[in-house]
Amino acid sequence: MRFSGAIAVALLIAGTAFAAEIPQAERRSGYDFMKPDTRAMQDEDAANPGMLWVLDGEALWKRKLGAANKACADCHDDARTSMKGVAARYPAFDMALGRPVDLEQRINLCRTNHQQATPLPFEGRGLLALTAFVARQSQGTAIETGADPQLAPFIAKGRELYMQRQGQLNLGCTNCHDDNWDKRLAGSAITQAHPTGYPLYRLEWQSLGSLQRRLRACITGIRAQAYDYGAPELVELELYLMSRARGMPMEAPAVRP
Amino acid sequence: MASALINVPAKAKRGDIIEIKTLMSHIMETGYRHMASGEVVPRDIITSFTCRFNGAEIFRADLFPAIAANPFITFFTTATESGKFEFEWIGDQGFSETASASISVE
Amino acid sequence: MQQPPNSSRRQFLGLAGGAAVLGAIPIVTVRHAEATPAMLASAIQNVTGGAVVRTGKVKLDIPPLVENGNTVPMTVSVAHPMAPEDHVRSIHVFNEKNPQPNIANFHLGPHNGRAQVSTRIRLADSQKIVAIAKLSDGSFWSASVDVVVTLAACTEEVI
Repeated sequence: MRFSGAIAVALLIAGTAFAAEIPQAERRSGYDFMKPDTRAMQDEDAANPGMLWVLDGEALWKRKLGAANKACADCHDDARTSMKGVAARYPAFDMALGRPVDLEQRINLCRTNHQQATPLPFEGRGLLALTAFVARQSQGTAIETGADPQLAPFIAKGRELYMQRQGQLNLGCTNCHDDNWDKRLAGSAITQAHPTGYPLYRLEWQSLGSLQRRLRACITGIRAQAYDYGAPELVELELYLMSRARGMPMEAPAVRP
Repeated sequence: MASALINVPAKAKRGDIIEIKTLMSHIMETGYRHMASGEVVPRDIITSFTCRFNGAEIFRADLFPAIAANPFITFFTTATESGKFEFEWIGDQGFSETASASISVE
Repeated sequence: MQQPPNSSRRQFLGLAGGAAVLGAIPIVTVRHAEATPAMLASAIQNVTGGAVVRTGKVKLDIPPLVENGNTVPMTVSVAHPMAPEDHVRSIHVFNEKNPQPNIANFHLGPHNGRAQVSTRIRLADSQKIVAIAKLSDGSFWSASVDVVVTLAACTEEVI
């Protein structure tokens, strides 16, 4: 009895180990997979196109707007202090909604609840600028998303979404990003898919874009129906990916091919 | 909306050759893309970038659709005296932006 | 979870890339107007006026295999003094297969100290890039580089 029990436990460990997260010591940022010229674009603020959005965000931070005629700065003061480390723990649990929200949603919640202004459209210049500006204040900070126990069921859901095969090509995120990273897909390096640099400037987009945009593009790429912007599935995926990247330093706004 | 990122050393010694880096926000629409309907997305690019120092032109670039979005342009200049760099971007649809940066040369 | 053997997975992923490109319905498409070697030659002619162009002095720094054709870092430099009586007047960069042959012209003078300019360019396909420098004495020098450009693995719908 004990013998078969031991085998059952061993098989269980083997089963879960295969689908386990990448060990901390082996986690590599997408930065590592890029060629030196592309890395140079990210390294210098004066050369990083993502910084154009950060500058816009800095201006928006101080702008009074909405029926309340308030600026972000009126409550949050200098973002360099108040926003330090914030992006490194997003998506975070929102008490009122009872579910996780990502940084973009948090900014829009502040806009509607505190500034009494209309929410900014996803992937619009304003929301990208503010998100980039806030995320930038966490540069170098280690990611600690998901520590809150209330997030556990949502992280599990996100992991499920990450593992499941879907679409015409019947691929799950894990098939490439856990099992085949560092190989190539049609000339592009397959990375480990750690969202350490979002929102980031993607050369393919020739624009800054959010993690949700990237996820939607990947899901479309495997010929599955992409979730709409702001969908709970996308937030759960973001949450899982960020918690899977715990310990890695933030590098927003990054540059990626 | 802030449009440009300029990197000019704040100080230099007379005779130093310094590098100036500029980054301007612009879509640089080539004019070769088409909508699904078949319509061409009209060209919308920056066509000219000029830098003047204390009023005199020190660098000029003619740009074509082959320049990537958010044009990044760097060039060199010799530090001769303290003064002001003025940058100007001109393009399609009446696009016109300027920026400036000062340098103190000893 | 069934693991297909390595070779069929590679094939599968290769097909995946192809299917993604064929099946995607982007809102904005690029119809490649074809540039020709003749267009490149005539664009060069416009600058040189038919004068002799010598190889040398000019250095074109472009990654031989680009990360993404939409944004390719490029540095062009000319190993030549920048003195009032002898300097580089201008640098002209051309391409072979984009819809049109010009990339940029850079106008310089002795005060630049160094004839070196960096920018980021778009390349539609694997092709040759040519840079021609015009010196103050009216002579022309050139360099060219062959660059390999691959498409991104999956095309995306626009936002």
